[in-house]
Amino acid sequence: MSGLFTPRNVMVAAVLVLLALMPVYCALTANTFLMSFFTRVLILGMAAISLNLIMGFGGMVSFGHAAYLGIGGYVFGILAKEGVTSGLIQWPAALLICGLFALAVGALSLRTRGVYFIMITLAFSQMAYYIAIALDRYGGDDGMAIQRRSQFGDLVNLNNRTFFYYLCFVLLLATVYLVWRLVNSRFGLVIQGARSNERRMRAIGFPTFRYKLVCFVIAGVICGLAGVLLANFSDFINPSAMNWIRSGDLIVMAVLGGMGTVLGPLIGAVAFLMLEEVLSRFTEFQGLILGPLLLAVALYARGGIDGILMGLRRG
Amino acid sequence: MADALLIVEGLTKRFGGVVASDNVRLDVARGELHAIIGPNGAGKTTLIGQLAGEIAPNTGSVQFDGRDITALPVPDRSLLGLARSFQITSLFPHFTALENVALAVQAHAGHSFRFWRPAREESVLREPAGAALERVGLSHRADTLCASMSHGEHRQLELAMALATGARMLLLDEPMAGLGPDESARMVKTLRQLKGELTILLIEHDMEAVFALADRITVLVYGRTIASGTPTEIRANAEVRQAYLGEQEAVSHV
Repeated sequence: MSGLFTPRNVMVAAVLVLLALMPVYCALTANTFLMSFFTRVLILGMAAISLNLIMGFGGMVSFGHAAYLGIGGYVFGILAKEGVTSGLIQWPAALLICGLFALAVGALSLRTRGVYFIMITLAFSQMAYYIAIALDRYGGDDGMAIQRRSQFGDLVNLNNRTFFYYLCFVLLLATVYLVWRLVNSRFGLVIQGARSNERRMRAIGFPTFRYKLVCFVIAGVICGLAGVLLANFSDFINPSAMNWIRSGDLIVMAVLGGMGTVLGPLIGAVAFLMLEEVLSRFTEFQGLILGPLLLAVALYARGGIDGILMGLRRG
Repeated sequence: MADALLIVEGLTKRFGGVVASDNVRLDVARGELHAIIGPNGAGKTTLIGQLAGEIAPNTGSVQFDGRDITALPVPDRSLLGLARSFQITSLFPHFTALENVALAVQAHAGHSFRFWRPAREESVLREPAGAALERVGLSHRADTLCASMSHGEHRQLELAMALATGARMLLLDEPMAGLGPDESARMVKTLRQLKGELTILLIEHDMEAVFALADRITVLVYGRTIASGTPTEIRANAEVRQAYLGEQEAVSHV
């Protein structure tokens, strides 16, 4: 059983238990701040996990992943404003549009490598950002408040904080499980092989482009779901959700937590958002602490926090 | 030649002013081990690159098993049964030896849009991969990470991957590069076992190995084929001696 109770697994279990029990603690102490803070952690953790599917496992460093957060939110918000309040229409529509956007971005960007890939994904996300700014009817630069959260009939009420929290939690766990199955499947091995040595992959008979494109789309759709959740949660959409700085935050979460594992980015999201929150109480210059921290991870701990935990031996 | 598996005609590739392949003609019979020799810069690797599909020739054609494959992309050629190994070791360092080979098996086991089952546990991938490792003598290293294996073992592993694709023809780019005498001997032994069963195009600098293994040899100098024939014929060919073998005294004693 020593394989099960490694420091890393204990830590992961602790984080999950903590996240699972958070609403109980918040209910007992009537602490609404913590509740909404951790709802955001869950949603952004989901986004970071989806980014890591293409970045950590597929070697596709997308610098425009926040675009899907924004697009998912905007599709939901626009439909809500136009009177379509059913989540059964809003959510699939948002995921579909995110998938199509990813298909377009991927079809172009995956023909390039390295810096060019990063630049094209960045360019597309900035395009989405400026389009959102130009949408005067939907708030333009200022964004737009959303009057009603998605409606799913009588049984489901997204206005209930605790319910919303657990919905995010369950969707996060589902994402973790899905991505974990995915990266270990035949499909996942092709993606990982292409990251490691694409030339060789082609030489042994894999047409790698189509696999990478499908992976890119899957990641976009998952992040789109996070976007719908985020917009529902904040009752607000706003172009800055897809600003390149947000994309950068997602990359930082994945790198900080560890790109080598499915759960790494979740740990990174928890750590990053907590650090940001705590530091903001002491200083306006959080970057002064976060920057060197990230530098240390890049220089000395390539596996991120999860990598450090995995390296620890018991006792 | 009626029974040729690979026919190359008039293949020319220019890089700016440099003609790396100059009207290359070549045919490789089924089951033959055909070696290509030539001094450094003769265009051997460029030729392999064109046969594998990574480099597009300016003119000329490549036929494999009666089919014109001149414009076929790299993965499609592999699926037809044309496998290559690389001169510079090109593997997946974070996978084990078995996983490396299993990936090659997977490439030829239908499409890989299978998202759910853990691929590392699939016996339909593991068993053929294990068999390929066995053939090159690496069974005992199956679960070793590729990154922690020796250079010699990497060369064997390269070969196992080419084998695992179910190839009918191997394009081997200097499989003995950088090997010590023992490792070279083991590679020669492995190639001798494969000979006859598979068609092999071998590029190699180790003349001893080439003359010991090859059924036929083609000599490439400055991108041109100057001679083609059995090892005995090649050794006796005056033009070859002058252009190439003469530089290496040792060869005449082989």
